[in-house]
Amino acid sequence: MVEWQPVILSIKVASISVLFVFFLGVLSAYVMRSIDIPGKAALESFFTLPLVLPPVVIGFLLLVLVGKQGPVGILLTKYFNMQIIFTQSAAVLAGTVVSFPLMYQSTKAAFEGIDKTLEDAARTLGASEWRVFWTVTIPLSWPGLVSGLVLSFARTLGEFGATIMIAGNIPGKTQTIPLAIYFATESNDLVTAGMYVIIISVLTFSIIFGLNHWKGKTH
Amino acid sequence: MLTVDIKKKLSDFTLDISFTAPNKTLVLFGPSGCGKTTILRCIAGLMKPDEGSIVSNKTVFYSSKAATHLPPRSRNVSYMFQDFALFPHMNVKHNIWYGVKTHSQQATDLYEKLITLLKIEHLPHRTIVQLSGGEKQRVAMARALMAEPQILLLDEPLSALDAQSRYELQDELKKLQEIWNIPFILVTHSPEEAQALGSEVIFLHQGQQVSEPPPSWYMNGNGKTPRSSFQYFY
Repeated sequence: MVEWQPVILSIKVASISVLFVFFLGVLSAYVMRSIDIPGKAALESFFTLPLVLPPVVIGFLLLVLVGKQGPVGILLTKYFNMQIIFTQSAAVLAGTVVSFPLMYQSTKAAFEGIDKTLEDAARTLGASEWRVFWTVTIPLSWPGLVSGLVLSFARTLGEFGATIMIAGNIPGKTQTIPLAIYFATESNDLVTAGMYVIIISVLTFSIIFGLNHWKGKTH
Repeated sequence: MLTVDIKKKLSDFTLDISFTAPNKTLVLFGPSGCGKTTILRCIAGLMKPDEGSIVSNKTVFYSSKAATHLPPRSRNVSYMFQDFALFPHMNVKHNIWYGVKTHSQQATDLYEKLITLLKIEHLPHRTIVQLSGGEKQRVAMARALMAEPQILLLDEPLSALDAQSRYELQDELKKLQEIWNIPFILVTHSPEEAQALGSEVIFLHQGQQVSEPPPSWYMNGNGKTPRSSFQYFY
């Protein structure tokens, strides 16, 4: 029996995740572009790590970090009396971490594609760095940022490994589409699993198709 | 009046230059890679010299002794880049208005004056890709002057244009300099451009000022026939 709750939850988690991912990705790409520090290459590799590490490893690391006994988990309990393990916040956290490299890489490539002379021209016309960023850098890198955003959304929608480690599979609370597929299959309910497979496939296909269509129109 | 006295180590040589630019057109002439653009970038604040000073009227743009390095936005120096660097996502009008701090009646009057002088009244709503090379040059000029600069830097301003536009714009540049009466510092490797526009010419070779013009100065485009108009400058 297909329930819509995992579908709605998946969209909700992915939507909130991409908000975080957008700001974190743009901020880190901008800072990394502006600074020249020793160890920059190492930091860059660290940012890309969630893309290449198995999601379950990301989940394990997050569990160690934000779990009840983890350093962040202890702080959260002590100062805010809150716990994020096995909550929707954990699903958002997992989604944010695994999709961050996609946003970061897309933004970085978009920034690299900008003619630096245009930013210099804005500076010589009296613009502050903030104004240069909003009126030149962002508008010119917009197609790349949208790509990053859409890919991150699609990635978060399909997130399984890290999510199950820290958000668990609580129907109605933390069960997203991929988790629903896994547990329906495990309990031999292939019809439900198949329906979820169709739903998530159509959803992600539409997103990517929409992106490509938009890109085709803007170029 | 602008006084420049700077040193900067570049990959192949050390730029070491000292000059004063009055309210006229000063040409920095030299072959590609002799440090001309670096000088402009240092004046604009886009690059930091290793030592020395850059002073415009009484404003210290850069001083290694006083550890002063004003950011480009505080220098009031407009820079016309070689490829014009017009913002492709804005129309002509938005490009021209970009450097205006307060949208006053005075700014509107200046805008009207500039687009009339530069003969671009018909272009305000065009996008940049719709412009020809000559039109881009005029729009870039309008944008640079609209910011009401104390100094205007021009990097090979006519090199991207065809002969007809180049000829027209040379005259317009001269006219604009007379009206604005601020230092125009122009870099070029074209003797023709230097001779047509410069009230004063500084010859550069590997980052240093040289007293003798390089052989290319006496040649025309094919590098064979001696030029006849250079005496004008001596």
